[in-house]
Amino acid sequence: MPPIPGSGLAKGLAVTLRTMTRKSVTAQYPDVQPDLPPRTRGVIGLFEENCTVCMLCARECPDWCIYIDSHKETIPAAAPGGRERSRNVLDRFAIDFSLCMYCGICIEVCPFDALFWSPEFEYAETDIRELTHERDKLREWMWTVPAPPALDPAAEEPKEIAAARKTVEKQAAARAQESTPPGPAGPGTPRSAGPTPAPGAAPAPEARPRPDRDESGPERPTGPGPDRGPGPDRPTGSGSAGPAGPPPGEGDPA
Amino acid sequence: MNDALDVAVRLLVVFAVFLTFPLIIGQAEHKVMAHMQGRLGPMYAGGFHGWAQLVADGVKFAQKEDVVPAGADRRVFQLAPAVALLPYLLVLVVIPIGPGEGAVGQVVDAGIFFVLAIMGVSVLGSLMAGWASANKFSLLGGLRTAAQLLAYELPMLLAAASVAMAAGTVSLPGILNAFEWWWLPWQIMGAIVFFVAGLAELQRPPFDMPVADSEIIFGAYTEYTGLRFALFLLAEYAGIVVLCGLTTVLFLGGWHGPMGADGLGWVWTLLKAAVLAFIVIWLRVSYPRMREDQLQRLAWTVLVPLALAQIALTGIVKVVI
Ligand code: SF4
Ligand code: SF4
Repeated sequence: MPPIPGSGLAKGLAVTLRTMTRKSVTAQYPDVQPDLPPRTRGVIGLFEENCTVCMLCARECPDWCIYIDSHKETIPAAAPGGRERSRNVLDRFAIDFSLCMYCGICIEVCPFDALFWSPEFEYAETDIRELTHERDKLREWMWTVPAPPALDPAAEEPKEIAAARKTVEKQAAARAQESTPPGPAGPGTPRSAGPTPAPGAAPAPEARPRPDRDESGPERPTGPGPDRGPGPDRPTGSGSAGPAGPPPGEGDPA
Repeated sequence: MNDALDVAVRLLVVFAVFLTFPLIIGQAEHKVMAHMQGRLGPMYAGGFHGWAQLVADGVKFAQKEDVVPAGADRRVFQLAPAVALLPYLLVLVVIPIGPGEGAVGQVVDAGIFFVLAIMGVSVLGSLMAGWASANKFSLLGGLRTAAQLLAYELPMLLAAASVAMAAGTVSLPGILNAFEWWWLPWQIMGAIVFFVAGLAELQRPPFDMPVADSEIIFGAYTEYTGLRFALFLLAEYAGIVVLCGLTTVLFLGGWHGPMGADGLGWVWTLLKAAVLAFIVIWLRVSYPRMREDQLQRLAWTVLVPLALAQIALTGIVKVVI
């Protein structure tokens, strides 16, 4: 059956009328803050305590907009007769956000989880030079990094949590054997804030969105289930649960 | 003394209506159009949902420099906005909004003729602007305006003539006094023709070929700035007021309403006119601009025959009764 003449015109009127009765989609931005998804690429935060100055991010950045300066320091031998070690100390870390294209490669490539996306985006400047955020500013952004999305309910336990739990259990076992004195390099010994601190000695646990890396390779810490499923019963998504978070008695691997 | 006061008050009221109603329609257009497109429209000016947006626009227009192009025909160029705007003020004077002597600026015996003749003058403003600007886009716009005027004046006249035949008078209050409810279905064809032709004469979308801003900048208004441009815009909205008022009076029964006309008649008039104004805005949002040839074809092959058919129908019914 051919369409009734004029039905197209009527349909057009119906569409606009229906749109008028619906809620408009305008986002009143300066008055109402946008509701950003957790992985929004707003600005890059530097967790400088984790940075080993390996320079991978600066080298991989397609825009070459990460500037890193550092020098070497020698640490005296931990034990008498031991070897002196050298360590990189960060002098400058800056990202030029006027060049950055927010590809996220630096964050992906950092093997020590020192770079994170933050959803903050209101850092427009009137002078382009101000867009080069220096180390302090990048460190400040870290406070705005949200907790990682919770794992799926049936997801595998993240490697970091598993490692931390094992360490804590081992410590507990060691403490149980009161008779033998602890060795000099035992897990409970405090170390300087090295590149890969033991899970129990991680600094600033309240700002840590992800557990510390524990020499376990470049897998993402969120494990195989990175989707932001609700999973309310998982302890990993609660933000303040840092690497030292899992209590010693937590024996729930699921 | 009393007569003079009476005239002064009436003119003042008409003038106030002339100044405020176009702005109300303009603001309604901002908001309705925005919501029909899923937006919010102006939200800041004046605080509450941008109610003062057009006031702000007016202030902006007033601040702008008034430029007259070097090659323009100065006098005509400067006069054109007034020629476009003032006729609508005159038309408003004779539109009755309620029953009785008190609800009309001035009763004119040959109301329909007066109204249609004066509205034609308004189009002259665009023609003057187009010719005097010494700009090829203005000239194109002016020519299109002229073509549109020729094409749509005829069906408009014929449709109005049909009502005049039905009522047996050309006076606007006279037509309303003779109005019966069954005129509505009887004259519906004429009403549609009148309304569509009126839209085309106002150069409202989808008949805005003469000002098509994406093709010929803004047609006859290309060279205008500041207040003179604002006057042209105001003329368009005043034209909507007049067209909706006229359609209400001629075809929709003006002050007649389902629940008695006395006292509340003017409410009915305003209500009907407001609904028509909403339709004007609605059409603008819904339809794309017609091409120049489509526009002519619509006028000559659809509207004129329809108007003639309406006249024939009116004549037959009139004879039968
Ligand atoms: S997001 Fe991409 S462009 Fe920006 S600093 Fe990182 S690697 Fe460079
Ligand atoms: S890749 Fe990571 S650890 Fe290496 S320099 Fe960059 S931020 Fe520091």
